Amino acid sequence: MKERLEELRNEALEKVEKAENIKELQDVRVSYLGKKGPITEVLRGMGKLPAEERPVIGQLANDVRESIARAIEDKQTELEKEALEQRLREETIDVTLPGRPNQVGGPHLLTKLIQEIEDLFIGMGFEVAEGPEVETDYYNFEALNLPKGHPARDMQDSFYITEEILMRTHTSPVQARTMEKHEGKGPVKIICPGKVYRRDTDDATHSHQFTQIEGLFVDKNVRMSDLKGVLNTFAKKMFGEDREIRLRPSFFPFTEPSVEMDISCKICRGEGCSVCKGTGWIEILGAGMVHPNVLRMAGFDPDVYNGFAFGMGPERIAMLKYGIDDIRHFYINDVRFLKQFHQA
Amino acid sequence: MLVSINWLKQYIDLDDITPEELAEKITKSGIEVDSAEPIVDQIKNVVVGYVKSCEKHPNADKLNLCQVDVGDEELQIICGAPNVQAGQKVAVAKPGARLPGGMKIKKAKLRGVESQGMICSLQELGIDDKFVQKEFSDGIFVFADDVEVGEDAIERLNLNDTILELELTPNRSDCLSMIGVAYEVAAILGKDIKLPEVAIDYVDDAATDHVQVRVETPELNPYYGAFIIRNIQVGPSPLWMQNRLIAAGIRPINNVVDITNYVLLEYGQPLHAFDYDRFGSKEVVVRTAEKDEKIQTLDDVERTLSEDHLVITNGKEPVAIAGVMGGADSEVNDETTTVLLEAAYFDSLSVRKAAKDHQLRSEASIRFEKGVDPNRVKEAGLRACQLLEQYAGGEVLSGVAEFNGLDVTEEVVTFTSDQINRVLGTEIKADEMEDIITKLRFSCERDGNQFKVTVPTRRGDISIVEDMVEEIARIFGYDNLPYTLPEGAGQAGRLTEKQQLKRKIHQYLQGSGLNESWTYSLTTEERSGLLVSPEVREQEPVPVQLAMPMSESHSHLRLSLLPELLASLQYNIARKQNDLALYEMGSICINHDKTVTKQPAEQLRLSGALTGLWMNHPWQQEKKPVDFYVVKGILEGLFEFVQINGVQFEAGEVDGIHPGRCAVIKVKGDTIGFLGQLHPALQEEYDLKDTYVFDLNLDKMYEYIEKEERYQPIPRYPSISQDLAFVVDEQVPSSNLLQAIKDAGGSYLQKVEVFDVYQGEHMEEGKKSIAYSLLFQNPEATLTDEEVDQAREEIIQTVKEKFNAQLRG
Ligand SMILES: [Zn+2]
Repeated sequence: MKERLEELRNEALEKVEKAENIKELQDVRVSYLGKKGPITEVLRGMGKLPAEERPVIGQLANDVRESIARAIEDKQTELEKEALEQRLREETIDVTLPGRPNQVGGPHLLTKLIQEIEDLFIGMGFEVAEGPEVETDYYNFEALNLPKGHPARDMQDSFYITEEILMRTHTSPVQARTMEKHEGKGPVKIICPGKVYRRDTDDATHSHQFTQIEGLFVDKNVRMSDLKGVLNTFAKKMFGEDREIRLRPSFFPFTEPSVEMDISCKICRGEGCSVCKGTGWIEILGAGMVHPNVLRMAGFDPDVYNGFAFGMGPERIAMLKYGIDDIRHFYINDVRFLKQFHQA
Repeated sequence: MLVSINWLKQYIDLDDITPEELAEKITKSGIEVDSAEPIVDQIKNVVVGYVKSCEKHPNADKLNLCQVDVGDEELQIICGAPNVQAGQKVAVAKPGARLPGGMKIKKAKLRGVESQGMICSLQELGIDDKFVQKEFSDGIFVFADDVEVGEDAIERLNLNDTILELELTPNRSDCLSMIGVAYEVAAILGKDIKLPEVAIDYVDDAATDHVQVRVETPELNPYYGAFIIRNIQVGPSPLWMQNRLIAAGIRPINNVVDITNYVLLEYGQPLHAFDYDRFGSKEVVVRTAEKDEKIQTLDDVERTLSEDHLVITNGKEPVAIAGVMGGADSEVNDETTTVLLEAAYFDSLSVRKAAKDHQLRSEASIRFEKGVDPNRVKEAGLRACQLLEQYAGGEVLSGVAEFNGLDVTEEVVTFTSDQINRVLGTEIKADEMEDIITKLRFSCERDGNQFKVTVPTRRGDISIVEDMVEEIARIFGYDNLPYTLPEGAGQAGRLTEKQQLKRKIHQYLQGSGLNESWTYSLTTEERSGLLVSPEVREQEPVPVQLAMPMSESHSHLRLSLLPELLASLQYNIARKQNDLALYEMGSICINHDKTVTKQPAEQLRLSGALTGLWMNHPWQQEKKPVDFYVVKGILEGLFEFVQINGVQFEAGEVDGIHPGRCAVIKVKGDTIGFLGQLHPALQEEYDLKDTYVFDLNLDKMYEYIEKEERYQPIPRYPSISQDLAFVVDEQVPSSNLLQAIKDAGGSYLQKVEVFDVYQGEHMEEGKKSIAYSLLFQNPEATLTDEEVDQAREEIIQTVKEKFNAQLRG
């Protein structure tokens, strides 16, 4: 009987070893360890044995059972692991194939730049003011110290609708309107972005429609050095900490003194190159101290209040910043252009 | 303004500064120097030569064989110019010379004969054709006899000069004259200035005995001076004068005209020379023109005048349009012997109007338009008399026939140095300010820090303290201004709610796959009325038209952003970009009357246009063209994102939109825009395939935003879902059915969604099946089956009554 049990053990272990799947392993379990299996059979014949041998055989039979059961369990774990590996192998995909495209749109470059500039000035305590694009002659010109017949009106030849109504030529009327609303009480601290229109023939550098961002700060005791400081902060944040600014005297009817601001050329670092026309400087914006006539007309007492104003062209800034060679790109909406500025 | 450095040196010592350094200094002090360039490219080895003989070339009819003395040698030169003659003094490029454009002169054989250089035309020396006198325009240049053989021809021609191009702002018309520029440069460099001395040897005969001046419109012509110069010999002006005119961009004509132009450049004062004998009378009468009065101007054009135009007359008919152009009848010509010289001050607006009406903007009219110096009008006339005496053999009659009502008062500005420093943020000492004012040659009375400055009339741009702030600041130098930040309590800046909404919408649409676009606000007449949203159309707007458009493509203000947005689609498709999703945020202009009488209202709109594939994933065979529901989904998402509730999409009609695929969008019954497929006819016009558009009124959207966000507890009890499918007539809109289900479903019905729509096989003709999934939820307790069944029965009954809907399956 002892031999028979050992034989069964070897036989069973061999079958476990050979089992190729869970099913075959189950069969081994049923055929050897089941109630009708050969080990049970052997134990049933134990009655014929002498009493002192019974525990020995019983012990052996249990050993055999346990070793077979353990072998099946081990084998099962191994087979399950193999099956999982097999499944993972089968489920493998080519991760280098392209994904299902998600639609991605983006801002127009002008919107992006205008928002960037807005945010910079909001950070310095400015608010954003807006106004109509179809303006009255009064707000577009007269309130800005440009009476009828003033030669400087030529500088911005306009699209008139009637004698008194026109497409605004700059966003300055928003400044005049905002000041008026303040009823002579400062501070007024705004920037005014928006579309403006002038009689220009569209070509690579001219557009009958373009954008402007103007700023205005009116308060008691505003100094021109404040203007220089604010513009310097703006220029460094917008164009880079290594850029320098310079102010050059200029003329605008609505400011006195008037200046133009240049920033140092990024390409040649002031040495002079084709981008800066050899000067080392690039013109960025116009600015100045608000003309007392403008303050007066908007209801502010120029003996108490003064202020500074500035204005710039986002198209020009975009063209400089990105090296864009044709202003018409901004209004044609070639998607191959639009999609280049999606970066947030 | 073109400024010759050589000319400027006549008034101011510039030996210690290069033209480039000077340009930089002028720019930094207020007048932008656009360019500082040599008048012609570097030329070497061109000398004055004397043509000793000139014979026909033995082998060529049109060529001449010349023997030319160039001082140190004699050269044999072949010359093709028709005007070459023995006895001329000419400009000779010797072998080894370099001419503009990089041309190098070498010895060469021409038709078998050696040529040892070239006799030059002015064009070959780099002078623009338009400045070359007529007599030399088709041939070589010939010097007057006053030059030495062998000397540098370039120097004699004044071509060793640098020209500064000044970009003058409208306030600095004082620098429209060489003397004005000299004052400016003297102030910047702190140098002395030397002005021309006007001295005339008058003949003993009074001008007033030969001419009278009467001005009928003193406000338009406060000064008119008439000088008489007789025994004039009209001929070429001296070479140096011609060269200065050329350098300034003016073509030399004859000595009389050249002298008036020269003084115009020197003093900034336009003058006009009439032929006294052909003037037509002995009386100058200045008046406004009569309506439809005619004048033949010296460009041989007959011009029709109006009451707006000021004219100089001989008492009978006009002889000049004041400040703009003279008449042909009294023009100075070769036979002129007596000149009536006009030096006048004309009103700037009047000249501006006349120059504009006749499209005759000239060096003269520009100066009158900007305003001339009242104190230099007469002086300029005298300067011209002096030059006519010197260079045209003229005899100047004594005195001047004049009308003088000119205000020559000088502006006085008073201020303290503290006042200036406060505005600038500087600490400039009073002494330093006085020094700056002195450099500017303004007279200055000072008492401690109190200043009283008298401004010369040449600087008509200065009248208030702020103007003096600028003068002091620019000479002090903006580079020397400190950097400060505004003092006082810091203000918080932020976007308004509406500005934030706009940014949110941008974010959402871009995140949804649309590209922001910008189109022109001005469009064609036809497009201005296309695709107008119903709530705008309802107001019967008339597109606003420009009074004088520059082109038909930008003549009208838009009533919808869509027509130009569609043009952008068309542009892209023509460039093989077929899958497009564009949107724009921009304003339209709503005017109600045929003619614009008041400022029209503007309205902010949000529009989009989509065409081509919405989704394309080829290797997994997933391809979806954009359709109505793609766009509707984007909009539904948008309304949810910005919190606008209760938006309805109703079948509707909009011009230019497919009548069966058009939804009018409403909130609380108020139309806020539309969505639809472009009408096939319009699609064809734009060369587009199926295109879907939307157009929303952003101003109205803003009003309907739920500004408050509220918290709702997360349900703790399980929900029950139920599916119901109904068969209805195909015309029944799904949303009506859905609304009825919602209304009948009781308070526990939380959500109703369409999950299937079927029409076709196994379905009765004209019927469709719509399946809804319903979600019931009681926030306070677990729902019972009875409660749900009851709601379900209620729904089935209601839709049966309202739509004859049959429960399916
Ligand atoms: Zn550069």
